[in-house]
Amino acid sequence: MSKLTLLTEGETHIVVTRRFQAPPEAVYRAHTDPKIIPQWLLGPEGWTMPVCINEARPGGKIRYEWTNGQGRGFYLTGEYLELEPGRRTVHVERMHLPDATPDNHVETRFEKDGTGTLMTMRMTLPDAQTRAAMLATGMEHGMEASYVRLEGMS
Amino acid sequence: MPQTHDLNLDAAFAALADSTRRAILARLATGEATVMELAEPFAMTQPAISQHLKVLESAGLVVSRIEGAKRPRRISEDGLAAMDEWLAMLRTALESNYDRLDKVLASMKQPAIRRGKKK
Repeated sequence: MSKLTLLTEGETHIVVTRRFQAPPEAVYRAHTDPKIIPQWLLGPEGWTMPVCINEARPGGKIRYEWTNGQGRGFYLTGEYLELEPGRRTVHVERMHLPDATPDNHVETRFEKDGTGTLMTMRMTLPDAQTRAAMLATGMEHGMEASYVRLEGMS
Repeated sequence: MPQTHDLNLDAAFAALADSTRRAILARLATGEATVMELAEPFAMTQPAISQHLKVLESAGLVVSRIEGAKRPRRISEDGLAAMDEWLAMLRTALESNYDRLDKVLASMKQPAIRRGKKK
C-alpha cells in the first residue's frame, strides 16, 4: 500500500502528499520537534542524524546533519519564514553536498482528514534545471522523486 | 539469471553512481539537449560534461544523433529504465522515512489522547 503521491507541477514545483493516522497537531510536531525529527527523517537504512536543530518560529534556523557512520555525510540548512502551529509551515532549505544547492522553498500543510492528517508539501525550486538536478542528486531528506519518468515520457 | 542483463545493469549503476551524471540523465529525460545546453546549469566546462556523457553513452544510457554541426543527446530506453530503478530506490528511502514516522506517531498517540480528553 503506497500512501505517498509525488508529482511535479509546472516547471519548478514538486508536490508530495502523504496521509497519516494521527491528528494534524501530532504530525506538525513530528516535523518541527528536534527530539522527534531524528527518529524518522533519515533516508536509506543505516543513516542517522546526529545533529538536529529546528527552531520553529519565523526566522528560526534549521540544520540537519546526516551520517552513514562510515565517514560519509552531508547536511541541510534552512530558515523558517512562516508558521501556523499545528497547521502549516513555510521554510527555505538547501543541501550541502558540500556545495550548497539552490534554495528550495517549501510550504507544508497539515490538514485534518477524517481521524488523520493529509500532509501536502509543496516545493518550489528556482528553475526546471534545478528541480531535475535536485531530484537526481538523491537524499533531499529522502525527498527524491519518480517525476522524471512521468515528465520524460510525455 | 539473465547474465547479459545483469552486466548492463552493473554498467548502468556504475554510471549512475555520480550525481552529476544522474542530473544529466534526469535533464535528458525531459528532452534532447546539446553539450552546451547541458553544461549551462551545472557550472561545468563542456569537456567535463562531455566526459560524463561518454560514460553514460558507453553504459548505453544516452544516445546521440548528428544534426549539422550539433550532436544532440537523448536518453535511451535503457537510460529510462535505469533512471526508474534509481528513482524507485530513492522513493523507497522516502517511503521508509514516512513508515518510520507512522511508528513515531503511533508511539506519540498515548499522551496526546490523554491530554486531548479535556476538550
